[in-house]
Amino acid sequence: MDAEFFRRWLTATARAVEREAGRLTELDSAIGDADHGANLRRGFQAVTEALAARDPQEPDTPGAVLTLAGRTLVSKVGGASGPLYGTLLRRTGKALGDAPEVSDAELRAALEEGVRAVGVLGKSEAGDKTMLDALFPAVAALAESYPAAGDAAARGAEATIPLRARRGRASYLGERSVGHEDPGAASSALLFATLAEVAGDVR
Amino acid sequence: MKMLMNVPERVVSDALRGMALAHPELVVDVDNRVIVRRDAPVAGKVGLVSGGGSGHEPLHGGFVGHGMLDAACPGEVFTSPVPDQMVRAAAAVDSGAGVLLIVKNYTGDVLNFDMAAELAEDEGVRIAKVLVQDDVAVTDSTYTAGRRGTGGTLFVEKLAGAAAEEGADLDRVAAIARQVADSSRSFGVALSACSTPAKGGPTFDLPDGELELGIGIHGEPGRERRAMMTSGEIADVAVDALLEDLRPDGPVLALVNGTGGTPLLELYGFNAEVQRVLTERGVAVARTLVGNYVTSLDMAGASVTLCQVDEDLLRLWDAPVSTPGLRWGR
Repeated sequence: MDAEFFRRWLTATARAVEREAGRLTELDSAIGDADHGANLRRGFQAVTEALAARDPQEPDTPGAVLTLAGRTLVSKVGGASGPLYGTLLRRTGKALGDAPEVSDAELRAALEEGVRAVGVLGKSEAGDKTMLDALFPAVAALAESYPAAGDAAARGAEATIPLRARRGRASYLGERSVGHEDPGAASSALLFATLAEVAGDVR
Repeated sequence: MKMLMNVPERVVSDALRGMALAHPELVVDVDNRVIVRRDAPVAGKVGLVSGGGSGHEPLHGGFVGHGMLDAACPGEVFTSPVPDQMVRAAAAVDSGAGVLLIVKNYTGDVLNFDMAAELAEDEGVRIAKVLVQDDVAVTDSTYTAGRRGTGGTLFVEKLAGAAAEEGADLDRVAAIARQVADSSRSFGVALSACSTPAKGGPTFDLPDGELELGIGIHGEPGRERRAMMTSGEIADVAVDALLEDLRPDGPVLALVNGTGGTPLLELYGFNAEVQRVLTERGVAVARTLVGNYVTSLDMAGASVTLCQVDEDLLRLWDAPVSTPGLRWGR
């Protein structure tokens, strides 16, 4: 997979976020503050623009694409999702190094590192009803295939419904957070759905 | 829901443009979203920077000026600002005496301010941070992200701002800010939901005839829903919740704060009830502030913040302040 593959992944994610922004905001209004869709849409629009305006002098590698996208999210989105998604992409990008092409195994290892960094930054673990509940199973299922990772992320997001939130704004709801899907897990599932989609186009 | 705006995406930028025109004593950078007092950096003075999601006006931008904040960073509505804004603000107000960052305890604010502190320190600015977590409505346990920062922020910004204006150094200003944060407690109630421009309508469902006790400043639910109560009954619940936690052994500052959609007429009536309960509980109120200071867009409701003060803090409270949102003695 080359830099172009990762650009396609990110622009596909931007389209998916655009399409699903209303649903994400709806989920967030149940247990948060009703802005997750709007914020991610703003962030991924900025990512699309940053990728298009890329400095031709910069190396065109998968690592550089993800790092630029991550930095853009950190400096454009705000809220918790900016630093968390920004860190996921930036740390994954850094782990990929400056290779012009990366293998499936290298991407999986890099994503593992990116997801771990999200857990450290957010001081969260599996089962806290956060984006990690989609990301952990997705990365684990990458060993099998991209579609399996997409499915695992979607199931992980759905599995947050009965959980009680322990991190982020939803944690203030305590028991009342039970019965709602975590919006961050839902958007993380989109990220892996589009990865499966873009990988499927390639093969 | 009808709102006085052009398009939702430009609500914050439009407000900043209007603020710049109304307040020539401030430098409002609309593109980079930083509000700075025009005389910054003030030689030898510690800089105070705060910020947070928009929708709580006058907090924080309306508290920039002599005796309070040196700069504020407004984020999108109910969304924390980004590190770039805070780094820019810190650089603009640092006289060499260092900068105190005042952060309300929300996951997004904490993450972004943490990143900004690191970046500003890399640029050679000495940074101290204070976290405001005064809302007693939610329990502080390992199962939550801690208590929310709400009305106590006004007391932290005013009292630490006055200390900085008097020439206190960074360690001292930070110590006062922490003392005030530790001595402040808030409790809020909502009579109606707030409506964000992005959603175009209420962000939660609060039926007629009910109120939400322990509401957060973004409309986050709190302790419980109940059938609508009188102002006196609400004051009983709010003050008891505060005193259960604060247990003051001296005088307090009282902030009876409107959340945006409740008329001042009702707020003053509510203040009478709050003071009645405080008197019944034997708590002396040294100073009282009534008005819309830490709002939640158009939400109807109110919050009560108490801050226990000693003579030093009371003197800092009375010190002159000149900002769009708070102004006396100058």
